[in-house]
Amino acid sequence: MTGRNYIWIVAITLLLALSPLAIASNTFFNFLILVLIISLAAQGWNVLGGIGGQTSFGHAMFFGMGAYTTSILQLHLGVNAWLGLVVAVAAGALFGLVVGFLSFRAGLRGSYFALVTLAFAELMRILANSLEFTGGAAGLLLKLDPGFANMQFSDRTSFMWLALAFVFVSLVVTQRLADSRFGAHLVAVRENEDAARALGVDVLAVKLKAITLSGAMTAAAGVLYAQYFLYIDAAIGFGMWISVEALLAPMVGGRGLVLGPLVGAFTLHGLGEVTKGFAGRIPGIDLIVFALVLIAVVAFASEGILGLLRKFRARLFRKGGA
Amino acid sequence: MYPPVIIIEAMLNGLLTGAIYALVALGLTLVYGVLHIINFAHGATLAAAMFAVWGLNAAFGVDPYLAIPILTPVFFVIGYAVQRFVIGPAAHGDDGNILLITLGLSILIENALLASFGSDTRSVSTDISFSVVEVGPFLLSTARLVGFAGSAVVALLFWLLMSRTDTGKAIRAVAREKLGARLVGINVGHVYAVTFGLGCAALAIAASFLMPTFYVNPRVGGAFVSIAFTVVVLGGMGSVPGAMIGGLIIGMVESLSGLYLGESLGQIGIFIIFILVLLLRPTGLFGAKA
Repeated sequence: MTGRNYIWIVAITLLLALSPLAIASNTFFNFLILVLIISLAAQGWNVLGGIGGQTSFGHAMFFGMGAYTTSILQLHLGVNAWLGLVVAVAAGALFGLVVGFLSFRAGLRGSYFALVTLAFAELMRILANSLEFTGGAAGLLLKLDPGFANMQFSDRTSFMWLALAFVFVSLVVTQRLADSRFGAHLVAVRENEDAARALGVDVLAVKLKAITLSGAMTAAAGVLYAQYFLYIDAAIGFGMWISVEALLAPMVGGRGLVLGPLVGAFTLHGLGEVTKGFAGRIPGIDLIVFALVLIAVVAFASEGILGLLRKFRARLFRKGGA
Repeated sequence: MYPPVIIIEAMLNGLLTGAIYALVALGLTLVYGVLHIINFAHGATLAAAMFAVWGLNAAFGVDPYLAIPILTPVFFVIGYAVQRFVIGPAAHGDDGNILLITLGLSILIENALLASFGSDTRSVSTDISFSVVEVGPFLLSTARLVGFAGSAVVALLFWLLMSRTDTGKAIRAVAREKLGARLVGINVGHVYAVTFGLGCAALAIAASFLMPTFYVNPRVGGAFVSIAFTVVVLGGMGSVPGAMIGGLIIGMVESLSGLYLGESLGQIGIFIIFILVLLLRPTGLFGAKA
C-alpha cells in the first residue's frame, strides 16, 4: 500500500514537471503555480485537520506569517531570500507551537478550536493592516530582481518547478508521517482522544507536533506566494480566503489522505476555471461552485474524491472476483 | 487623554450599538444552546437580510423599520427550510460536518450576493439616519436609540415566547434532553428547524435596525460574524442572558478601543477578548460547564 503511494507521488510529480512540454501558455503556468501553492498550504492543514482531526478555520495565520517574515527580512534587513525562507518556515513552526500550546492546553477541541484559530488569524490580519513595519494597508512590495539567489525567476517554468519541488517534499514528508508511529498516534487522537490517552498516547505532545509541522508547511506556501507575486498585504496574507482554500482542498480531495490536498486543489480550481469559462466574468462565481462542492462532499462523500475512487475500485474488484 | 464627556459618550454609543450586536448574537447562541452547533453562516445571513432591507427601500421605498413585519416571517421560513432540508440531512449528526456545511453556506451566500449586487457598498438614508438626540451633554444617534429600544422589545418578546408558550417549552425540552423530548412526542427535527428559523428571524429584525446607520456590502457578514461569536463566547455559548450582556460589553469595548487605537487597530480589542475568553474561560460569563 505504502509503496504504491510513493509510486503515485513520484508519477504525479513527474507528470506535472513535464507538463510544460505539452502546454506552454502563461495562463496555464499561472494556474499551475497558484494551485501548487494552495496544495502546499492545504497539506499543512491536512496534517493537523485531516490526519489529526483538529479542524482549523485560521490557517491564514501561518500563510501570512511565512509571507510577511520573508518579505520583512528581505526588505528591512537585506536578508537573502533563501535564508528568509528558512527563517519564515521556522517562524511558522514556532507560531504553530505557540498557538497550539495555548489552545490545546486550554482543552479546546472541535468547534472551539476552529473558532480560536479563526480569531488568531483575524488578530494577525488587523495587526498586519495597522502596523508600520508590515506596510500597513498598503502592504509590502518586494523588489523585482530575477536571479536564483533572490528566489525569483524570469521564466514561469523555473518557478513552477520550484513550487513543485516544495509540494513533492511535503507529499513525501506527509507520507512518512502517515506511516510512522507518530502518524498512528495522531490518527488515534482524531478517532477518539480519550481512548488514545487511556492507551498511553501523550495527546498534548502529539497535537503540538502536528500543529508545528502544519504551521511550517503552510508558512512555506506563504513564502512561495510572496516570491511569486512579489507583493503581500494583510487581506492576502492573513485573509479568510487562504484559510478556506487550505481547508477546502483536503476536504474535497480526501481528508487525511496524503494526495487529498493536491487532488482537491486541482479539482476545485479546474472546476472554477471551467465555470468562469462558461459563466463569464461574474464575480464570485467560482467560489459559489466551491461552496456547493464542499456541501455536496460533506453530505454525500465524506472521504472526498479519493475516497469515492477507492470505494468504486473496491466494488469493481468485488464484482470481478465473484 | 480624552475629556470624560467624550469617553462617556463613546461608551453610551457603544452600548446602543451593543444592543444590536446582542440581537445578532441572540440567534447564534439560541441555535448553539438547542442544536449544539455553531452556525458559521450567521454573518452571511445577516448580510443577506441587510441587502433585503436595502432592496425593499431602493425598489419600493419601504422604510427600514416597516421592513420588519415583511422580512421577519420570510427569514423565519428560510431559516426553517435550510435547517430542515439542507443542514439537518447533510450533517449525518456530526458536529464537525455542520460547521463545514455552514461554512459552505456562508461562502455561498456571500458570493451569491457578490454576483447579484457587485462589491459596491450601499446604505439607506432616511430622515432618521443623521438625526441626533441631545441627552444632557451627550449627542446620541436617534436611529441607534430606536435600535436599542427595539432590541429590548425583541428580547422581551423572545423571553415570553420561550417561557410562556408550548413552542418555547418544546425548544427548552429539546435543548435539555433530546431523547427524552422525542419520547414524549416532540418532533425534534421540527423543533430544530423552528429554532434555526427564530435565529434567522432575529437577524431580519437586527438588519432593519442596523440599516439606517450602517452600510452593507457582500463582505459585511465577516465583520459581524466575528463580533457575534465574541459576544456568544463571552456570554457563554447557549446562554441568552449572556448574549444580551455580552453584546452590550462588546459594543462598549469596540467603541472605546476605536476611540483610543483608531479605526484600523481598534478592531483588535474584540479579538483579544475573544481569544482570552476561549483560552481562559471557554464557558464564558453565564455558560454551563461543557
